[in-house]
Amino acid sequence: MSLRIVVCVKYVPDATGDRHFADDLTLDRDDVDGLLSELDEYAVEQALQIAGDHTGDDAEVTVLTVGPEDAKDALRKALSMGADKAVHVEDDDLHGTDALGTSLVLAKAIEKTGYDLVICGMASTDGTMGVLPAMLSERLGVPQVTLLSEVSVDGGTVKGRRDGDAATVRLEASLPAVVSVTDQSGEARYPSFKGIMAAKKKPVESLDLEDLDIEAGDVGLEGAWTAVDSATERPARTAGTIVNDEGKGGDELAEFLVSQKFI
Amino acid sequence: MAEVLVYVDHVDGAVRKPTLELLTLARRLGDPVAVALGAGAADTAAKLAEHGAVKVLTADAPEFADYLVVPKVDALQAAYESVSPAAVLVPSSAEGKEIAARLAVRIGSGLITDAIDLQAGDGGPVATQSVFAAAYTTNSRVTKGTPVITVKPNAAPVEPAAAAGTVETLSVTFGEAATGTKVVGRTPRESTGRPELTEAAIVVSGGRGVNGAENFAIIEALADSLGAAVGASRAAVDAGWYPHSNQVGQTGKSVSPQLYIASGISGAIQHRAGMQTSKTIVAINKDAEAPIFDLVDYGVVGDLFQVVPQLTEAIKARKG
Ligand SMILES: Cc1cc2nc3c(=O)[nH]c(=O)nc-3n(C[C@H](O)[C@H](O)C(O)COP(=O)(O)OP(=O)(O)OC[C@H]3O[C@@H](n4cnc5c(N)ncnc54)[C@H](O)[C@@H]3O)c2cc1C
Ligand SMILES: Cc1cc2nc3c(=O)[nH]c(=O)nc-3n(C[C@H](O)[C@H](O)[C@H](O)COP(=O)(O)OP(=O)(O)OC[C@H]3O[C@@H](n4cnc5c(N)ncnc54)[C@H](O)[C@@H]3O)c2cc1C
Repeated sequence: MSLRIVVCVKYVPDATGDRHFADDLTLDRDDVDGLLSELDEYAVEQALQIAGDHTGDDAEVTVLTVGPEDAKDALRKALSMGADKAVHVEDDDLHGTDALGTSLVLAKAIEKTGYDLVICGMASTDGTMGVLPAMLSERLGVPQVTLLSEVSVDGGTVKGRRDGDAATVRLEASLPAVVSVTDQSGEARYPSFKGIMAAKKKPVESLDLEDLDIEAGDVGLEGAWTAVDSATERPARTAGTIVNDEGKGGDELAEFLVSQKFI
Repeated sequence: MAEVLVYVDHVDGAVRKPTLELLTLARRLGDPVAVALGAGAADTAAKLAEHGAVKVLTADAPEFADYLVVPKVDALQAAYESVSPAAVLVPSSAEGKEIAARLAVRIGSGLITDAIDLQAGDGGPVATQSVFAAAYTTNSRVTKGTPVITVKPNAAPVEPAAAAGTVETLSVTFGEAATGTKVVGRTPRESTGRPELTEAAIVVSGGRGVNGAENFAIIEALADSLGAAVGASRAAVDAGWYPHSNQVGQTGKSVSPQLYIASGISGAIQHRAGMQTSKTIVAINKDAEAPIFDLVDYGVVGDLFQVVPQLTEAIKARKG
């Protein structure tokens, strides 16, 4: 049996850089370097492990992104880790697309690519909503097996462990399914030199909205289901009191907490 | 007045604090109608009525516990259809966000997650979000459909306001997708007796500087002297010194307490993403250059093994 895995990967601004909003209150992508969302590396890793464990050599890992031209960098990184091929949904009309719109585009692209298993990260490192996997499951009409710290595929069944607030649960669903994995699922591999060289030759398919039968008015800033009215940079915190411990640091800190009525 | 649907987070009928905060916010937008699902759902009614719920819709069925997320979406959708609310509010837990996400897709509505405040506006509710590791504060609106908004803990004070709280049983028909993901095993988290991390007024956290699982006793002793929750950095969690459920940060819990005390934590951006909105921040770190000091209201440059136990003793002495 073949196993077609589609991994959704997002191209995001580097969180350690200075992230800003542009004049239209979307993310300013010129200001800061972009990269493959670190949390999606975990998704690529689990996809590669599942494909590797799959008996027979007919497991295939496709990485999929919706993003601007530069988002190819994220795809190349995933390909250099070992994914087989990539799909890039790129269209000027996508600028400013929100979660509902992104999920629509991803779902159509996944259906067009063909899949048995979709793997996502737990959240993007920019929007950090953590909702796309559930939305994809809803749109595709297949089970959601999300926020897994452990995942495996056995025949036509996906199994996993989800560490929730109140309990840890073990989950099972039949394929096809949508999975998301946390950063507890296992360290992601580094691309090898060989992997980086091989990635240059791997196919990257480009799709636009027309290819996916999506009306421009249903996505982008104009078509968005939400609107950002204002974005204000948080004022720098006023410099706090910093003291060196000369033996009484704990007692002095207690005084501070008393002055602030915490004690 | 318009009705506002509020999804209730409860454990066997005990309503969790973020839901009471949601009811405070919901009253700014209209009349709260609460939806409580699963075992003990009906037991939530009295508490919800004390906090402004005009109506409590309840449903219980084995599906809510035996399958992941989707049965709850079916129920919330049934409530949505019976009420036609002006907005749907859901607590921003991992599960809450997934429930809200699926509902938004089903009813063709926009979704805003992790609001830290909510006001009534001319064109519907205006949500405040804190984004890019709290570097920016944004105001957003849903422009299509019925606003579905998830709200973070500590977004509003809990304000009692008596209301009818009429209990009605919600009739739910589960769709085919409801039984798609089976829960085949469940291990409840053991209670530590300490406050819930995301809800606590004070959080005391330890990082790599704590240098060992056994040393977390120092952090716990300080937390207990203040009635606080215990948090940890990812470095401490990855080293196996403290459970992942206590991790504070981008991939852990996001906390917004009155007081946050970081010991032996450098203040990496991913850690800051989870605690930067704390009202008062205190750090103890032996490195004067540690980035955490950029955030603090009060910082001690020193060895945590000296400072923390001394602080704990001083607090205990004051509390008598
Ligand atoms: C600061 C900020 C706040 C935002 N707030 C909102 C909001 O409240 N409501 C709203 O509707 N939109 C919002 N957006 C827009 C939203 O982030 C994007 O539309 C989006 O790609 C989906 O949300 P997410 O990035 O938070 O994804 P998450 O749900 O956090 O992502 C989970 C996973 O989905 C996959 N994924 C997500 N996006 C893509 C992509 N483009 N290509 C491939 N895979 C992907 C990845 O596997 C990822 O790990 C916000 C954006 C920013 C930058
Ligand atoms: C995708 C991604 C997600 C992440 N998510 C999270 C997250 O959710 N939460 C999180 O915390 N991190 C997260 N991280 C990791 C983060 O980048 C940092 O590595 C981590 O926060 C460092 O933890 P730390 O501050 O405890 O350790 P370090 O950075 O090693 O700092 C230890 C500090 O302790 C001080 N110290 C040492 N000994 C003493 C002593 N005796 N007394 C006083 N001070 C002492 C040192 O001076 C130092 O400043 C994430 C990283 C990535 C890439």
